[in-house]
Amino acid sequence: MNDHLILRVVGKFLIPYVMLFGLYVQFHGDFGPGGGFQAGAIFACGFVIHTLLFGSRSTEQIVSIGFLRVISALGVLVYAGVGVASLLLGGEFLNYNVLAADPITGQHIGIIVVEFGVGLTVASTITLLLMIFAERGLPS
Amino acid sequence: MLTHLPVLVVLAPLLAAPVASLMRGAFAPWVVATLVSWFSLVCSLLLLAQVGEQGVIVYNMGGWEAPWGIEYRIDFANALLLVLITGMASVVMPYARLSVRQEIGEERSPMFYAAMLLLILGLCGMTATGDAFNIFVFLEISSLATYTLLAMGKDRRALTSSFSYLVMGTIGGTFYLIGVGFLYVMTGTLNIVDLAERLPALSDSATVRTGFAFIVTGICLKLALFPLHLWLPNAYTFAPSAVTALIGATATKVAVYVLVRMIFTMFGVEFSFVEIPLSYVLVPLAVVGLLSASSVSIMQLNIKRMLAYSSVAQISYIILGIGMGTAMGLTAALLHVFNHGIMKAALFMSLGAVAYRMGGVELKDMNGLAKTMPLTFWAFVIGGLSLIGVPLTVGFVSKWHLILAALELGWWPVVVVILVGSILALIYIGRVVEAGFFKEPADNTRREAPAGLLIPLWILVIANIWLGIDTRLTVDIAEAAAAQLMAGGVVL
Repeated sequence: MNDHLILRVVGKFLIPYVMLFGLYVQFHGDFGPGGGFQAGAIFACGFVIHTLLFGSRSTEQIVSIGFLRVISALGVLVYAGVGVASLLLGGEFLNYNVLAADPITGQHIGIIVVEFGVGLTVASTITLLLMIFAERGLPS
Repeated sequence: MLTHLPVLVVLAPLLAAPVASLMRGAFAPWVVATLVSWFSLVCSLLLLAQVGEQGVIVYNMGGWEAPWGIEYRIDFANALLLVLITGMASVVMPYARLSVRQEIGEERSPMFYAAMLLLILGLCGMTATGDAFNIFVFLEISSLATYTLLAMGKDRRALTSSFSYLVMGTIGGTFYLIGVGFLYVMTGTLNIVDLAERLPALSDSATVRTGFAFIVTGICLKLALFPLHLWLPNAYTFAPSAVTALIGATATKVAVYVLVRMIFTMFGVEFSFVEIPLSYVLVPLAVVGLLSASSVSIMQLNIKRMLAYSSVAQISYIILGIGMGTAMGLTAALLHVFNHGIMKAALFMSLGAVAYRMGGVELKDMNGLAKTMPLTFWAFVIGGLSLIGVPLTVGFVSKWHLILAALELGWWPVVVVILVGSILALIYIGRVVEAGFFKEPADNTRREAPAGLLIPLWILVIANIWLGIDTRLTVDIAEAAAAQLMAGGVVL
């Protein structure tokens, strides 16, 4: 897309705001509409725009496929880890009440960490899917 | 920790799958997958014992009580299924090491074991949960893992067979979801027990009936009931050996369990068999499927494909039992779910061992196997006898109960069909046995499969005979499960 100057400039300008909005949806998720899945998808859009405008080679210099794989697995572990923590603290699986002395604080901590895990996995998986497909078209 | 058993069965593979996917080489992820399968098996057995002592076990996810939260609800039926799934995983995983090293290669092994663990997670989750929507979520997890695993076969046709299963499986899953959506609109709840309490009052509603039709059709696609079985033969034939063994033994069985849960617990016997005459749909399809799939498998030259068609026929036996709508029929169906799992896994695993040594499972590869690979071949023979339903094997136990159930209703033609099905099985297994015993091998050297494949295989073969002689365990549990299911969802 070397000839699309306007797209490249506007894209470069937009990417940080797209990602910031992703983070907002992520961390505001327990008060307003949002949550890990939506936030992850929005955040990954930053990488998708970057790949479309500058090619997957240059995106891979920012996040490598190996790194994305680790993150996508890590997100699941964060999610399940909260469940294990609540099991070990004597509650049911994913019972956030036991995570803090006060059940309401516990619910906040629980949902934020769980949604963060979901966000990590969704964002990295979407980017990973795009990059694996994009790699296929490149001359090796 | 014993109160957390229902979630531990599902949690262990959930934690292990991402860990396995990050490992390098083939050995470490294999160790993780094997240990986790064994752990889940121990949990399932403890659960089964707990259900025997305390009755139905309810576990509220996240501490939210049903119907607001998701509950896991374990009774005899799903405890039995959990033992089947984790038990099969526990034998297939040790077996997978050599077979996967040859068929998949070291590089893709971590992802392979991660997908296997996700498959087990999905199947256990579908079985353990008491929430109709949660079943769909786990159904998708297990299906996505299945598509990946099927596509990993060496043959390039594995890709197209996996894709066609993806299309059919997605239609099945979507139908199920649409059905659940209709019920949600009418009742405002997704909890199965809660639905079971509210649905009888709405049984005249066209929406509920449409939902019922969508749910039953969707699940029947997943369990490969004739004529919705067309995805199955190719999927089984081209998949890696270990995958065929695990999926052939568990995946369709879990779909059968979901069908049973829906029509008996959720809609209730009264609705499913009196108001909507489901027997008139299921029984003819099962009879036709049984005869046609058995006949088609006689003509197959690829033995794995032959067994795949035989699976369609065996599923028809199970559906026949369910279609009777009686406690005895249901007992026979649940028994056959368990027993067919054991025998089909043994047969597919012996074929995997043949593929490991001979490089193929065509009928000509079976020539003279009794001389060149006697232990593998005898395992196939015993598994085959069990499939036919010879006394002292598990196959006899479940067919006997099925015949008793048909006699109880006075369905003489159905009894004849069951017996004809056994004769057809005798013919297709007989062809392989004939090739193995009486034909000359191309190369007469002895090349028995390695112990890593033989030990798991023979554990299953012995289980086939053991549970065929000592029927107390399986028959008692199946009868107790059928009694619980016939009573509907409202009973505690």
